[in-house]
Amino acid sequence: MCLGVPGKVMQIMVHGIARVDVKGNQTDISIRLTPEVQIGDYVLIHAGFAMEIIDEEAAAETMLYIEELLQYD
Amino acid sequence: MKVDRVLMAHGSGGLMSQELIDEVFKKTWNNPYLDPMLDGALLDLPPGRAAMSTDSFVITPLFFPGGDIGKLSICGTVNDLVACGARPLYLSTALIIEEGLPLSDLKKIAQSMAQTAQEAGVSLVTGDTKVVEKGSADRLFINTTGIGIIPPGIDYRPSRIQAGDQIIVTGFVGDHGLSILAQREGLSFATPAVSDCAPLVSIGRALEKYGDAVRCMRDPTRGGLATVLNELAQQAKLGVFIQEQKIPVSSTVQGACNMLGLDPLYMANEGKMVICVAREKALEVLADLKNLPEAQASAVIGEAMTEPAGMVLLETELGAKRILGMLEGEHLPRIC
Amino acid sequence: MTKDKSYLKHLLQEIRNETREVSLMEVCGTHTMAIARSGIHNLVPSNLKLLSGPGCPVCVTAQGDIDAVIELVKNPGITLLTFGDMMRVPGTESSLQEERSQGADIRVVYSPMDALTAAKNLPDREVVFLGIGFETTAPTVGITIEEAMKNGIRNFSVLSLHKLVPPALEIIFSDPDINVDGMICPGHVAAVTGVEPYRLLAETSNKPFVITGFEAKDILEGIVMLLRQLHRYEARVEIQYRSVVKKEGNLVAQATLERVFQAAGARWRGLGYIPESGLELRPIYQMMDARKKFDIPEIDDVPIKGCACGEVLTGKITPRDCALFGKGCTPLRPIGPCMVSQEGACAAYYRYTPLRD
Repeated sequence: MCLGVPGKVMQIMVHGIARVDVKGNQTDISIRLTPEVQIGDYVLIHAGFAMEIIDEEAAAETMLYIEELLQYD
Repeated sequence: MKVDRVLMAHGSGGLMSQELIDEVFKKTWNNPYLDPMLDGALLDLPPGRAAMSTDSFVITPLFFPGGDIGKLSICGTVNDLVACGARPLYLSTALIIEEGLPLSDLKKIAQSMAQTAQEAGVSLVTGDTKVVEKGSADRLFINTTGIGIIPPGIDYRPSRIQAGDQIIVTGFVGDHGLSILAQREGLSFATPAVSDCAPLVSIGRALEKYGDAVRCMRDPTRGGLATVLNELAQQAKLGVFIQEQKIPVSSTVQGACNMLGLDPLYMANEGKMVICVAREKALEVLADLKNLPEAQASAVIGEAMTEPAGMVLLETELGAKRILGMLEGEHLPRIC
Repeated sequence: MTKDKSYLKHLLQEIRNETREVSLMEVCGTHTMAIARSGIHNLVPSNLKLLSGPGCPVCVTAQGDIDAVIELVKNPGITLLTFGDMMRVPGTESSLQEERSQGADIRVVYSPMDALTAAKNLPDREVVFLGIGFETTAPTVGITIEEAMKNGIRNFSVLSLHKLVPPALEIIFSDPDINVDGMICPGHVAAVTGVEPYRLLAETSNKPFVITGFEAKDILEGIVMLLRQLHRYEARVEIQYRSVVKKEGNLVAQATLERVFQAAGARWRGLGYIPESGLELRPIYQMMDARKKFDIPEIDDVPIKGCACGEVLTGKITPRDCALFGKGCTPLRPIGPCMVSQEGACAAYYRYTPLRD
């Protein structure tokens, strides 16, 4: 329950809609759940809505945390 | 008053029917077989084993990026003949037109059929048109039936597939299915994906010289690559082993499918072939295919195996093996 | 690419080194699918069991609720818009797919906002959107309802069958027969709710909870994090899916849920009635509430003989243990919820797991 894909915000339109690019495909989604979003941000898209702004740096943290312990195995 | 739509009268066999045929079809499709306008076509068939194939086309919308129902109707039957190992020669066509279809649309489609037929080196030799009441057909249905001759030494049948044979797909999968989907009501997204609709006569020709080293060809139309692989496995009574990473899928198609919850392996293709080749000839065949504009992105994606008979095994990115099944029911967008 | 591959190998190796009997449960249909499609089942050691819980909102939609929707669409003035997932779910005698073939106006949409657009374009129809999904999807429907109200779209309404994940998890952990050692938590649901509901559950159940994403790498990382907690006898909530899940969740989405919906009892296929586990529209939105607008009745579920979905959904048995699995019940002719949706435990198992059993 929760198919979500990353997309890049290309344009912010009126009425809480943004145009996003998902690997070359473009679609208009609602940004009412992520009103602080800006052009160039990557967002997680679910059912035509931006659900979260994706933080790639944070994503890397998990890997570092796991790898720390891997070295001692 | 100029008539700009197809009317019931156009189907009643009288003057208006003749007008329709003259104006829309005869001008664009003229060839020595069609021109006499007999009840059927009198054909000169070269010697050899004949192949025949039929297909009906009911696609909506009629016009889509990369083609239209007319182009599709020629490619579909031509490619089925190519898959049989034949050189396609003659096509018949029957159109069922819903009253009210704009004549300009019909003309465009007829043009497209003529153009595609020329590209494919086939002649449209006989046809039929019927007009039905509004609501009885979704704007236009087309059937095409084709005949071709199979050169000696060619015998494409799944029962000829042997364990160890290599499986090649001639390019990116899912483009046609995606480009059609994007036109659907209720799914508003724009995709650069364009239908790959194309006649594949050149592929058939390129493979002729390999004779019986080529076991079998299939075009992965409805149901996509996964469905065709399953059909081959079932008909050959062999297992088919595929490596997910080797299947050519464009990132655009993958991205759109991820978003909609669809799987590119089940999306239709109208300009691709799946080919089973003897192992020792596979690389040569691949090199020849890659020289053709219609097959530049060809790739070996797997091979036939003795077990598990009748099933398709997919090796995932993690190196695990799982079953790749047939399409069940409609392939619908999901959110889960 | 090489770095990625070797990292994945390390994760798999650590998982393969696990020798104890461990059962980990995921409660998200998307996780079930992702695990099945990436073949993780076939890579983990046989002492590590990956169970599939009641996290498929499609699967857990009560049969009686489907029957009620089918009654609704028999009304010729109704246009029903739904996510594709729901089309094949069986009611007692029919499904939305079958009703459509009989002439009911049922259309598939990708977003609830598409349903609102349809309502604007079809002023002479009563447009009903079938609201399915957990805390990830409900806020999107909430925003749509507010838009509809704001713009005075009177022919639009929502039939809410939305459900909440934590109450179902509470049922699982309060059952003494349940044997689950750790939870793979739904990443996108948690992106909305934040960690708090899972932190509480981890505390009360004394088991580790890891909020996990949906790529193969995410799932492997999540499993590793759970195994490490188990080794250290920890029972905390952790976030694997850091790119998207913040501790506090999405406050705007939470506020939307709060404004538009209130908790109500709901029937879960396979689990029965769970209080405060569903979402209904608040009274101020009653014009948008299809249940009230069309007086949709509560239709009782007809129990299906031999269906063991309740036990599969709570991880007590695996799909293969069910007598109907593959015999009366297949993805093409599903009987219970676990086979119904593509990502139900049984459907995923049937489709993807060969041969090694």
